[in-house]
Amino acid sequence: MDSTTNIASNGQATKMTAKDLVTDQEVRWCPGCGDYSIIKQVQTIVPELGIPQENIVFVSGIGCSSRFPYYMETYGMHSIHGRATAIASGLKAARPELSVWIVTGDGDALSIGGNHFIHLLRRNFDVNVLLFNNEIYGLTKGQYSPTSPQGAVTKSTPMGSIDHPFNPLALSLGADGTFIARSMDRDPKHLQEILRRANAHKGTSFVEIYQNCSVFNDGAFFIYSDKETKKLETLMLEHGKPLIFGETGDKGIKLDGFKPVIVNVNEVSANDLWIHDDHDAVKASILTRFFDDPKKENHLPRPFGVFYQEDRYRYEDAMAAQINEAISKKGEGDLDKLISGGETWLIN
Amino acid sequence: MAVKNEILDHVTIRFAGDSGDGMQLTGTQFTETAAIFGNDLSTFPDYPAEIRAPIGTIAGVSGYQIHFGSVEINTPGDQCDVLVVMNAAALKANLRELKKGGIIIANTDGFDPKNLRLANVADGINPLEDGSLANYQLFTIDVTKMTRAALSNDSGLGVKEIDRSKNMFVLGFIYWMFNRDLEHSIKFLTDKFKKKPDILEANLKLLKAGYNFGETAEIFTTRYTVEKAKMAPGVYRNIMGNQATALGLIAASKKSGLPLFCGTYPITPASDILHELSKHKNFGVRTYQAEDEIAAICSVIGASYAGHLAVTTSSGPGIALKTEAMGLGFMLELPMVIIDVQRGGPSTGLPTKTEQSDLLQAYYGRNGEAPLPVIAALSPADCFDAAFQASRIAVEFMTPVMLLTDGFIANGAEPWMFPKSSELADIKVSFAKEYNGDGKFLPYKRDEKLSRPWAIPGTKNLQHRIGGLEKQHETGNISYDPENHEFMIKMREAKVNKIADHIPLQKIDSGKDKGKLLVIGWGSTYGSIRSAVTKAIAEGYDVSHAHIRYLRPFPKNLGELMRNFDKVLIPEINNGQLVKIIRDQYLLPAIAFNKMKGLPFMSVEIYDRITELLKVETPEMA
Repeated sequence: MDSTTNIASNGQATKMTAKDLVTDQEVRWCPGCGDYSIIKQVQTIVPELGIPQENIVFVSGIGCSSRFPYYMETYGMHSIHGRATAIASGLKAARPELSVWIVTGDGDALSIGGNHFIHLLRRNFDVNVLLFNNEIYGLTKGQYSPTSPQGAVTKSTPMGSIDHPFNPLALSLGADGTFIARSMDRDPKHLQEILRRANAHKGTSFVEIYQNCSVFNDGAFFIYSDKETKKLETLMLEHGKPLIFGETGDKGIKLDGFKPVIVNVNEVSANDLWIHDDHDAVKASILTRFFDDPKKENHLPRPFGVFYQEDRYRYEDAMAAQINEAISKKGEGDLDKLISGGETWLIN
Repeated sequence: MAVKNEILDHVTIRFAGDSGDGMQLTGTQFTETAAIFGNDLSTFPDYPAEIRAPIGTIAGVSGYQIHFGSVEINTPGDQCDVLVVMNAAALKANLRELKKGGIIIANTDGFDPKNLRLANVADGINPLEDGSLANYQLFTIDVTKMTRAALSNDSGLGVKEIDRSKNMFVLGFIYWMFNRDLEHSIKFLTDKFKKKPDILEANLKLLKAGYNFGETAEIFTTRYTVEKAKMAPGVYRNIMGNQATALGLIAASKKSGLPLFCGTYPITPASDILHELSKHKNFGVRTYQAEDEIAAICSVIGASYAGHLAVTTSSGPGIALKTEAMGLGFMLELPMVIIDVQRGGPSTGLPTKTEQSDLLQAYYGRNGEAPLPVIAALSPADCFDAAFQASRIAVEFMTPVMLLTDGFIANGAEPWMFPKSSELADIKVSFAKEYNGDGKFLPYKRDEKLSRPWAIPGTKNLQHRIGGLEKQHETGNISYDPENHEFMIKMREAKVNKIADHIPLQKIDSGKDKGKLLVIGWGSTYGSIRSAVTKAIAEGYDVSHAHIRYLRPFPKNLGELMRNFDKVLIPEINNGQLVKIIRDQYLLPAIAFNKMKGLPFMSVEIYDRITELLKVETPEMA
């Protein structure tokens, strides 16, 4: 893809760089916060996308992650809790040519903004949703979130959370999302690749990003990035490739009916392994259920990558098409005709 | 028998029946015919909240009142002259609305034992037969029988469908009674049922049968003529409030060059604005039915940021849900119109009944210091200009604007001398295109109106961030500076107050500009107050009427105007909301006069209060 060209004030064309996307505002996330890596990856890939800088809008809700737009030298709105998805819907419906990015968190998107989130997915606006999941409420200082595991001891659950957590990817698939992916703050390359693919997808691209909260939930996802555990605990999805993981790539996943089972790749034929097909909704629904507690014996590894994608019409395109159809059928609206209505009478 | 023809200045008819009896359609048809004929008129639909309440019960009664005349008509009529009732429940629910000596036209089939029982009439009693209606002129017609006879066996319709058309027989008969021509309704039916020739034919037959029944039945000795009204010369149409609101928004879109975006969620009695707007996509109108009230206003914030004329429509409970986002819209200083078609509250309240329920909500209903401009439409046709002006103020001052209408004017209709599009002023919009600071863009730098630049995404070099956090003057950067916060609160308030320089001064609607009593109203009470005050003035009372359309900020001369009177009376269909604001802002001992019955004021109620106040001598106001 072409990289983006900026016209400088002296009239010379310059390439947009990551630096151009940095604002003059001091970044105020806690030291060690995963948000630093995420914004860095975003600022790294955006200049490559071929989108004019002025056509990019970042919209966020409330929460630590929602400070994001202040640090992006694009158009941006830091809105209210849970509503970034709803605001972005109106923005995209009005201006389909804009590149709209929603930055949200597990509380923002799945708790207070849960309703707008599922409706965004079903309408399939062509926007990108980056959900920073840290399984905790950070900005309000440490309460459990709708993705905190059951039993989580937090400020508001001293005896452990009794809430059953959401599975964000299964939820998105259930809401007919057309692009469903997972990545993490501590795997920059992977995150960059997923962000590029999210942008390329026409429709709502949902990316769950495991993000470390160094203050209130430090290390929640380290098993997926630490050298010792990473290979055993993660399953990196690649379209057309078998599901393989383990220290030496010795483990694979096979489907026994609809049940995924872990096998030793040396003991089965390569054809028997599950080959990832990111257009297969049924398999995707099984994949999103690879959600076991890692402490559980014989648990499945956690998949990362694009689980599912499909091409479905975008709301904003259908909306524009109806307007064009109305104009071609009835002609461009005539205000005087509209105001006078069907029947009039004259009083002298 | 000779039929007498009596000429009347004005008449009020109420059509009442079961909600399945088609009374709303009958009423609107009669209204449109009267409007096209050239009467002045005002209507009041009064229908139940249930789509189909149990048939025959009081809860299921649907009514439609029209007041039309050859004289100025300001209200749907305090009491009716003619009451058309399709069943016993309709009579029971509406008899108190009928003048003594008035005409009742009753469908006898709706007074059979079953219907009497459903209307909770005591056993063995039939009001049509027991002499209890002796104070009225009672005419009974077996509409069902006539309808079935008129369609005999050749209509190809079942009994159910035949019976469903009986309202057309009634309409035909009323047309005869008031010397009206069938032409408009024939045209309407032909259009409505063009794909259902059987039903069309049946309806036309019944309409004519009803008319001919009047001619031949020889039980009606009088027909009535209501001449054309002497209205200001011009071209008129009939219009309902919600429709006028929709047209006003489209006009503002055209006159500003901004595409119209309406993000909304269905709610009674506001939904018809959405229905109307969704029909006009060829004007580039985008209608977005969001998943809830909050999403509706949030989509509007997004569309406004994108550079559209953005509007959301709702009613009291929906506005309550939108409150936080309204605060964001205010804080962002983005233009949008928030329409509250008020209904009886609190909570779900009386969804289909009218009330001036939300002035205080519009004024004060947000966290923090978030004053929004408030405009109220005063009649169905006035919704057009009110919506247009709300859009203008929103765009010119970069602020959300509250537009208040209510169920009464939203569903009411009146003749409207509509403007030509060329007579509507342009709404000036200029998107920011370049830096306004020293080599940079300052999104919160203000112009002489204290308004900020509207820089929409897609504009080169003007990338900037906005948000709900307090922002630094001019730069818009997040600021927790104590001095800045107080400064910005005052600045945002000053901007809203500055709108007073750009709205008309308050005028006296009727009466002198100095005197003993000033009646002040806002919104849909206009007609009742005007009728009451003009009557009192004609009788020699020293009273005047002013109707406030711009409720926040108030017109600059309002205080002075009020102080020219000994007393100020404020009638409202609520428990006293404007009166609180007036007392607060002007320290005047304004007198409240309130009604909270889900019904508009009768002008006589206001008239009585006026005369009562003027009979008592009290010391002059300080």
